[in-house]
Amino acid sequence: MSEKTLILDKQDIDRTLNRIAHEIWERNRGAEDFVIIGIRRHGVTIAQRLSQKLQEFAGVTIPVGALDINLYRDDLSEIASQPILKKTEIPFSVQDTHIILCDDVLYTGRTVRAALDSLIDMGRPRAIRLAVLLDRGNRELPIQPNYVGKNVNVARDELIEVLLAEDDGIDQVVITKGARNGNAR
Amino acid sequence: MVMLGKDLLGIHDLTPDQISLVLDTALSMKEVSAREIKKVPTLRGKTVINLFYEPSTRTRTSFELAGKRLSADVINISAGSSSVVKGETLEDTGRNLQAMNPDLIVLRHASAGAPQLLAKMLPSSIINAGDGAHEHPTQALLDAFTIRERKQTLQGLTVVIAGDITHSRVARSNIDLLLKMGATVRVCGPRTMVPLYIEKMGVTFVPRLEEAIEGADVIMMLRIQMERQRGSLFPSIREYSRFFGLNREKLKHARDDVLIMHPGPVNRGVEISPELLDSPYTIILDQVTNGVAIRMALMYLLIGK
Repeated sequence: MSEKTLILDKQDIDRTLNRIAHEIWERNRGAEDFVIIGIRRHGVTIAQRLSQKLQEFAGVTIPVGALDINLYRDDLSEIASQPILKKTEIPFSVQDTHIILCDDVLYTGRTVRAALDSLIDMGRPRAIRLAVLLDRGNRELPIQPNYVGKNVNVARDELIEVLLAEDDGIDQVVITKGARNGNAR
Repeated sequence: MVMLGKDLLGIHDLTPDQISLVLDTALSMKEVSAREIKKVPTLRGKTVINLFYEPSTRTRTSFELAGKRLSADVINISAGSSSVVKGETLEDTGRNLQAMNPDLIVLRHASAGAPQLLAKMLPSSIINAGDGAHEHPTQALLDAFTIRERKQTLQGLTVVIAGDITHSRVARSNIDLLLKMGATVRVCGPRTMVPLYIEKMGVTFVPRLEEAIEGADVIMMLRIQMERQRGSLFPSIREYSRFFGLNREKLKHARDDVLIMHPGPVNRGVEISPELLDSPYTIILDQVTNGVAIRMALMYLLIGK
């Protein structure tokens, strides 16, 4: 039997994203060409929410893009089933922009490495910063986030499950102990 | 979980879910081709051999670009400049190429069943790029992608395939795919170039082009395959063109939003009048663009792991 622990509920997630949005605004205010790009699929939802919050409290319209990193993965030959490709949709040029790259959980850093390679192939951004809802440590690459919602200490065999209303009908983050290794992220 | 097998030999072997998987994957690939840097590292270190026993510009270039945009190493072999002219059999050529450890061989051959033979013999993945008058699955997939792009779905559409049906691998693969995806297919052409009992495939035969295109959503025109015909199946090109060539006058019978397609190469003025070729109804160049995306999708699905 796997045991589930709720670590963030709807209010927690909202408060956390609010804080990140304010931090982003504080550090990027006045910067021209600042954009938010989410890694499919939850990163895109988070990017949209951050953009919406910035619109609400700062009155700015920050463009949002969606990035599918599967074509840049380094583990295609190792994973059990081939990932289904989704479209990368970045309706603006990344050349000379300040990019806030978003994902739900930062773990080994390999997804972010793939995202960085992919973005750099699209042009030369002025800067790329990383925002994540959760950082679970255990990095395999030298990658650190600039904006973190919550740091969590979880063992490798534990699974962090992020559910967001737009994708899954509910806002919550749970940790499942004793989850199968294949699903761990 | 829907996946493809080792090879892509024909539409015949694919389920509707597999067809949808290829078409959806091609959407992502089309986006890659629209970027300034049209290259992703997905197939780095993989080798693709294009083995073409029949002349081809479009298909061979399309496969070559597809492989290169995914960072695979692509090698082209055409029969005219290879040891085929020295008398080597297809099987021996296959064995020798296999000894160099490629991941994928794309084969075009004048004999139906040639890709099946290689696929059974070799551990590499094989894509059929046209075998005789049998199948041309990548053409049917790119046609389906192009139709879906304009009409959102294939389900419920009426598609006319007109011309030399008997000798056309494009027709065979397209009929199979369109029926699997829920479209209605009418074929039209001189009786001498339409197989007897064609209705057994699940299509209707309409001998007059004007009637065939009545209410159709898509018209696919085919080239007369002179290289596959023996004897005379029609009196003259001019007569063929008068009865089975598409022009503005005949097009009046079709819907206003009809799409005109052609797998190429086009014989201008024979199967389609020049003015229609250059009209907005005609989406032949979209087909060519989408061909690269479809072939990228197939390479990713077959050897991307």
